[in-house]
Amino acid sequence: MRALAGEDVGRLARALRAPDLSGTRFLLLREIGRGGMGSVWEAEDPELARSVAVKVLDLPDESGDLAARLRLEARVLARLEHPGIVPVHDVGNLPDGRPFYAMKLVRGERLDAAAARLATLPERLRLFLRVCEPVAFAHARGVVHRDLKPENVMVGPFGEVLVLDWGIARVLSDAGLERQGRTGAEPAGEAAQTAPPAAGTAAGSVLGTPGFMAPEQARGEDGVDQRADVFALGALLAALVGETVPAGRRLAAIVARATAARPEERYADVPTLAADVTRLLDGEPVTAHRERAWERAARFASRHRVALLLVAAYLAARAAILFVYGR
Amino acid sequence: MSGGFFPPTRASVVEAARSADAGERRRALETLVAAYWRPVYRHVRRKWGKGHEEAADLTQEFFAELLERDLLTRFDPSKARLRTYLRVCVDGLVANAEKAAARQKRGGGVSPLSLDFEGAREELERALASPGESPEREFEKEWARSVLELGLARLELALAGRGKGIAARLFEIYDLGAEGEPPPPYAALAERFGVSVSDVTNGLSLARRELRRIVLGLLGEMTGSEEEFRLEARTLLGVDGS
Repeated sequence: MRALAGEDVGRLARALRAPDLSGTRFLLLREIGRGGMGSVWEAEDPELARSVAVKVLDLPDESGDLAARLRLEARVLARLEHPGIVPVHDVGNLPDGRPFYAMKLVRGERLDAAAARLATLPERLRLFLRVCEPVAFAHARGVVHRDLKPENVMVGPFGEVLVLDWGIARVLSDAGLERQGRTGAEPAGEAAQTAPPAAGTAAGSVLGTPGFMAPEQARGEDGVDQRADVFALGALLAALVGETVPAGRRLAAIVARATAARPEERYADVPTLAADVTRLLDGEPVTAHRERAWERAARFASRHRVALLLVAAYLAARAAILFVYGR
Repeated sequence: MSGGFFPPTRASVVEAARSADAGERRRALETLVAAYWRPVYRHVRRKWGKGHEEAADLTQEFFAELLERDLLTRFDPSKARLRTYLRVCVDGLVANAEKAAARQKRGGGVSPLSLDFEGAREELERALASPGESPEREFEKEWARSVLELGLARLELALAGRGKGIAARLFEIYDLGAEGEPPPPYAALAERFGVSVSDVTNGLSLARRELRRIVLGLLGEMTGSEEEFRLEARTLLGVDGS
């Protein structure tokens, strides 16, 4: 075979990643994503005449822990039947032994890109609330995502929100699931610098993403619970509204409480966080912030602007009448 | 689950280099030389600014030292990747050579290896026209290229040995055809080789599967732990988008 030029290396690497789907009912179309421990490919399901996404393990797996994690991810997804979570269609092994699962092909754009097109703060807050829904649902089923960030949330063409990449999810109550996703930090070393920043499936790194990862998760503590996702949602909220001005004290207080360093100082769960954001949207007091009298007056004025304007107009009219006819 | 995915046990070159069996030690060195001589040569030229002759000498000397001074037995997989360790060893060798006022050619009884330095020189001098990457990154890229070339050579042998040489040819045309051009349709390949379309797709699947097995086998040989194995595979397969 001929000597390889530099550009051949990438093509060969791709050929080595490409899953052999000949033993499955799917036909390979193209690679659509990479990261963590494997790659994601668009494939066709001729039986149902639809496209699917196939996630396949790429890395060596002598100990079998990566394959177990991929299967766990598929089972977690299968357990979480929610419009905001991608459904799994199939799971199996390729002829070369690599495990894969097929899921709904998500079309749309990343959360941050979708948010950037929303001009107002209320629109962005409403989008954020839609992200909270599947996460709260998963928590109710005993599953913590642990890697919420803008690239793991897609917004579809009809505004539907889908939370992706449950590869490092932690199962708190494991009815029907064999084992937890891995937790904790691996020994630091060279790996820590070479592992990708995305969903750290590389051994030798803390699992999660800096900036969105709760401190207790970054420290690799056992017992990380739903409040780690509350932290990530707080960071996500800050990222979503970051470009709108001005966010205001009450929103800042919500973000601060959600991203408090100590889990016990955060919102206890996602519904509590979402409720505070809803209050903010409705112009009601939020639990994260104790208002001063002038803030309460300003919020009242903002919430009842039309009524106040009518009253002011009425009073001005009365004053004008008194002025004209009272003389 | 790992059956079929990988050989269940890895014959690490690091372990083999420590073996009491001289034949095993030699085979280990051969694998290392095949994967690393070109990265070492280019590294010496790019990082240390050595000319062709001197870089070729230093490359030979490096592999001689690897054996003589038992450098592999000092490698600790918990501290670094083998690839990083070897690069650091090369740097140490060149630094020492620079310190010596008059470096003497050594061989330590080891015959010079038959390596195509002229070919490597031409490639390097072509690449010098577009510099810009760090020596470490270049070492990594050159290593990836060497491992894949070694894998392709073994693939060709393995498939020919099983009477499946056509699969290797199909792979070369379809997956390694001209850059930027779409691969020929399966039907065109089928006609060209006088086989059915399913023979073409099966042949391609077989070649990719075999190449993956061979390349990962090579990586397994050249790594000291599963962690390192995964990290090197991540780099070579571009799993993290590199």
